Amino acid sequence: MKVAITSKGNTLESVLDSRFGRCSYFAFYDTESKKLEFVKNPNLNVNEGAGPLSVKLIASYGVKKAVSGEFGFKIKSLMDDLSIQMIVVNEEKTIGEIVELLNK
Amino acid sequence: MKIAIASGKGGTGKTFVSTNLFKAFKDLGYSALLVDADVECPNSLLFYKLKKVDETIVKEYRPIIHSEKCVYCGLCADYCEYNAIFYVPELKQIKLLPNLCHGCKACSVACQYGAIEDSNTEIGIVSSYIDKGKNLYFEGRLKEGSVSTIPMIKSTITQASKQLSDFILIDSPPGTSCPFIQTSIRSDFVILVTEPTPYGLSDLRQAILTLDSMNKSYGVIINRAGLGNMDLYDYLSENNIQILGEIPFSKEIARIYTQGDLVYDKMEDMNLLYRELCKKIINYGNSLS
Ligand code: SF4
Ligand code: SF4
Repeated sequence: MKVAITSKGNTLESVLDSRFGRCSYFAFYDTESKKLEFVKNPNLNVNEGAGPLSVKLIASYGVKKAVSGEFGFKIKSLMDDLSIQMIVVNEEKTIGEIVELLNK
Repeated sequence: MKIAIASGKGGTGKTFVSTNLFKAFKDLGYSALLVDADVECPNSLLFYKLKKVDETIVKEYRPIIHSEKCVYCGLCADYCEYNAIFYVPELKQIKLLPNLCHGCKACSVACQYGAIEDSNTEIGIVSSYIDKGKNLYFEGRLKEGSVSTIPMIKSTITQASKQLSDFILIDSPPGTSCPFIQTSIRSDFVILVTEPTPYGLSDLRQAILTLDSMNKSYGVIINRAGLGNMDLYDYLSENNIQILGEIPFSKEIARIYTQGDLVYDKMEDMNLLYRELCKKIINYGNSLS
């Protein structure tokens, strides 16, 4: 299963970015193949609609789970429509730590 | 001549200024019109006993997307500059995000498959009112839940401008962002109402930067003068900004205001102040033509 994690950087040591639509990077992790890929968020600087565009982006990667610091309520309804599960992490965790948790 | 009465934040007394100024213009024999363009929260007409004379429903374009006809070519989403079409072809998902839609109709032009139906949705109402003295008032009111503040402001000012009137006084939305800019663009002169407090000053600075970048003429009215400190005055004199008038911080003024009366009618010095203000604006208007 593919998981999207919002990240402040593009390494395992980078910490989770609490913003969903305007995070710096998306870390795409495949729990089966264990492959991890970082993609720079192209929607960082759009004026309006960064949230929905980011939902579209992760959906096009076939993601079923998204990990971030928060999801606005408009984002939640789009995610629900696409059956993407949302996981909110409030602590400052690194991408490496989150990947580990996903493997448990 | 169109005059916007604005302030960086709410509660600095812009309604107080516009209502008194309105009366002063009438007394000097001019025809004037009061417009409440604070469409998200119009309240400047609460002061008057008015009869509604007309009502116009303002509509804005909204596409209806029929996903059963859609072939997922993505052209509509490409055409939409506002990212208002949520389009995920991989999951056969397409829908309108109404709160992002600006009603530009580009998506409808783009779609070659008849999947986008044209429709219009109500965004608010422009009402006109009349009082005993046959004075006209306009008010724009955004429909609850609608995010089309800017089209609503434009429509309100356009409707009011159809009237032949010497002076159109526009009670502008608070803040210094888009609604303020759109109101100022449509005005010949902007009266900025501020307070001599640190907050007042920082908002005023922002408003002035914006107006300067638009090359608009403006002047400042200091409300609740005597409060706060001198920073505001230093800033205004350093930048050569015209002070149109100062309204002192006084219990008497507050009392008259809360009773729903006009200080213009009740206080000699306020009467004078507003008459002077009218003259300054008239002189400015003459210098234009
Ligand atoms: S009308 Fe314009 S803003 Fe609205 S969805 Fe269509 S293209 Fe986008
Ligand atoms: S342009 Fe028409 S057919 Fe193409 S994706 Fe949009 S609605 Fe569907």
